[in-house]
Amino acid sequence: MKSNRDTVSFTFNGKPLTGYRGEPIAAALLAAGIRTLRKHEESGNPRGLYCAIGHCMECRLSVQGKGIVRSCLTPLEDGMTVLEGQQLANEITGRKLP
Amino acid sequence: MKPKLQQTDLIIVGAGPAGLSAATAAADNGLSVTVIDEFPEPGGRMLGQFHEEQGHWWVGKRIADELIEKNRAQGVSIRCGVSVYGMLKVDQLWEVSTSHGTWTAPRVLLATGAAEIPMPTCGWTLPGVMSIGAAQVMTNVHYVKPGKRGLIIGVNVLAMAIARELSVSGVMLAGIVLPPGGPLAGKAALPRNNLQVLMGLSHLAPSPILRFGGKIAYALGMAGIVSSLFPRRGIKLWDIPLKLRTAAVSINGTDRVESVTLADVNAKGEIIAGSEREEAVDFVALAGGLYPLAELASVAGCPFIYTPELGGHLPLHSERMQTPVEGLYVAGNITGVESALVAMAQGQLAAASICSDAGVLGEDGDRKVVEAIGEVQRVRASALIQFHPGIPEARRKIYRMWQQTYEAGV
Repeated sequence: MKSNRDTVSFTFNGKPLTGYRGEPIAAALLAAGIRTLRKHEESGNPRGLYCAIGHCMECRLSVQGKGIVRSCLTPLEDGMTVLEGQQLANEITGRKLP
Repeated sequence: MKPKLQQTDLIIVGAGPAGLSAATAAADNGLSVTVIDEFPEPGGRMLGQFHEEQGHWWVGKRIADELIEKNRAQGVSIRCGVSVYGMLKVDQLWEVSTSHGTWTAPRVLLATGAAEIPMPTCGWTLPGVMSIGAAQVMTNVHYVKPGKRGLIIGVNVLAMAIARELSVSGVMLAGIVLPPGGPLAGKAALPRNNLQVLMGLSHLAPSPILRFGGKIAYALGMAGIVSSLFPRRGIKLWDIPLKLRTAAVSINGTDRVESVTLADVNAKGEIIAGSEREEAVDFVALAGGLYPLAELASVAGCPFIYTPELGGHLPLHSERMQTPVEGLYVAGNITGVESALVAMAQGQLAAASICSDAGVLGEDGDRKVVEAIGEVQRVRASALIQFHPGIPEARRKIYRMWQQTYEAGV
């Protein structure tokens, strides 16, 4: 089984957390009790993982140096800076970002 | 700068039971094989599957480990964390575009498996709502519980098999209930239809379903009687309350799942007014069933057929796992949703076809393909988990269509 896994440190929205090296970022966050991985680009509503195997794209968030990734497929590395997906501005409706 | 092309005899997309079985069989006959999968580790959905079979446990992870070891020993290159996004035939060679460069090969096997059918439900975008497969992957592959107490919405083979796995893994389940009725749920919201599904599973279940078996079989012949026979509080299946007279009306919470509103339904799946109540849970698993994941076959120019018994739209293929597109083969759930054991046999069959077409089997080619076809049929006939009762007949229909279309006059 998955014994003797290395523990690594990372941050999510600035909060320091730990997880196992190589586990998907989404799994490390869920283990830390974090379910909201992004704010919907249009509505700003909270979203979490849905399929966990890369099909649905619901769990996208951003990792410094990698850009926007599917957190269910992206292995956790030591020192990662992870930010939740953000609501976007919309020129058509005139919504500006805070 | 033109990216470097990496050439091989056979590219297999998908490192699950079909892809890994095909890879080892093809490598055995001297082909150089590259297997590509976007999941970080090989094994596909076998990594999270286990069930009890005649007194012993079938553990997918163990089978996957054996296959991976075999492949490594034969020099098969397994590339994980690599996403395939395009395929193009250039001068008799497939160019397969991936997130990590381009591979080329005269033959490509698509073993991409299946995806889950989304089941839109009021409140389903709340964090904590996930597909039943996601609950399985988090629990059994990553060893993270999907929550403290959950509810499964949807009654089908996948839901029942995974419910059992979750319960064995120590994940608490408030129950399995029906989806809300309506155009999106269709037959899945009808208690009668769900009893039919469960009858197909009775060989998997311990005593409760078997005890009810006779009554249920009787009720199936008489629409409407079902709701008076099936206990309103449900029955316990492996300690999980199975509630066929209860539907989920909505999933509630502000920024995460806090509860589900449940209600009683009549035999037509209609909500009985005034029966609504709230069940406190912190995660919900939606079980909408599986469909073949076949976009790449479409990109490669393969025609599709619609076969509901096998999960919907799938690439047209022969009993030998060839598609009408030269050099393109399919195996596993992309050809129709069945169990991992069938997928493994199909992988071996595809490898026999590929090696035969590549001319590396000499005069034995045809005989080996015919033997492999027989093995797929044997495995299918004895499969414990049958996703649909009409699978063998649906397959015969596809192969007949193939013969009439592509082999007529040959």
